[in-house]
Amino acid sequence: MLVLTRRLQEVIQIGDDIEIKILAIEGDQIKLGIDAPRNIEIHRKEVYLEIQKENHEAGRKVSLEGLKGFIKGDFT
Amino acid sequence: MKIETKYTGTIEIEANQLIRFEKGIPAFEEEKSFVLLPFEEGTPFYVLQSTNTQEVAFIVINPFQFVPGYQVKLPDSTIEQLDIQSEEEVATFVMLTVKEPFEKTTANLQAPVIINAAKQKGKQLLLSNTDYLTKHQIFNQHVKGEA
Repeated sequence: MLVLTRRLQEVIQIGDDIEIKILAIEGDQIKLGIDAPRNIEIHRKEVYLEIQKENHEAGRKVSLEGLKGFIKGDFT
Repeated sequence: MKIETKYTGTIEIEANQLIRFEKGIPAFEEEKSFVLLPFEEGTPFYVLQSTNTQEVAFIVINPFQFVPGYQVKLPDSTIEQLDIQSEEEVATFVMLTVKEPFEKTTANLQAPVIINAAKQKGKQLLLSNTDYLTKHQIFNQHVKGEA
């Protein structure tokens, strides 16, 4: 892993078109501003991991009986 | 073309039913081609089935039918990726994590599946600044004593 030290308002450039700027440092929190092309997906890592986990769970084989027995009026 | 499905055996689909997920979906990044199949008539469910891998299929629903006030603001990046020209082109679904008993089933409201049917493109959108949960109790709001 590359490790860089930056100060407030300083910027890191990644490749030609991604820039990450240190906007604020408050206690143990750092506010980052990220400029990147729209096709680059940017996520908080823990959110991505949680969605991965949920997708795994959602992708498990389910019993169709509950679905077949579903009548809209029962639940709404 | 014929595909093997997880729940309904071998079926015949048309090329214009294919939905391209350019980046796959989280945890299934290699799955880039899906088809949306209505589940049994009279139920609100659909199956989002991978056309390449039989075991990869998700039960999805239209969230607006079940979650009053549910809102998804599409970021410009999504509008661009899915080539969305107008709101009418967009269909929104959420994945269910089906539980036993069925009333305990949850819906992933934090990561809706956005589909542009006209362009046959889709993606799972990860909402970042949101109060919506990955495990929203969707069917038992009226059951007393439940969280």
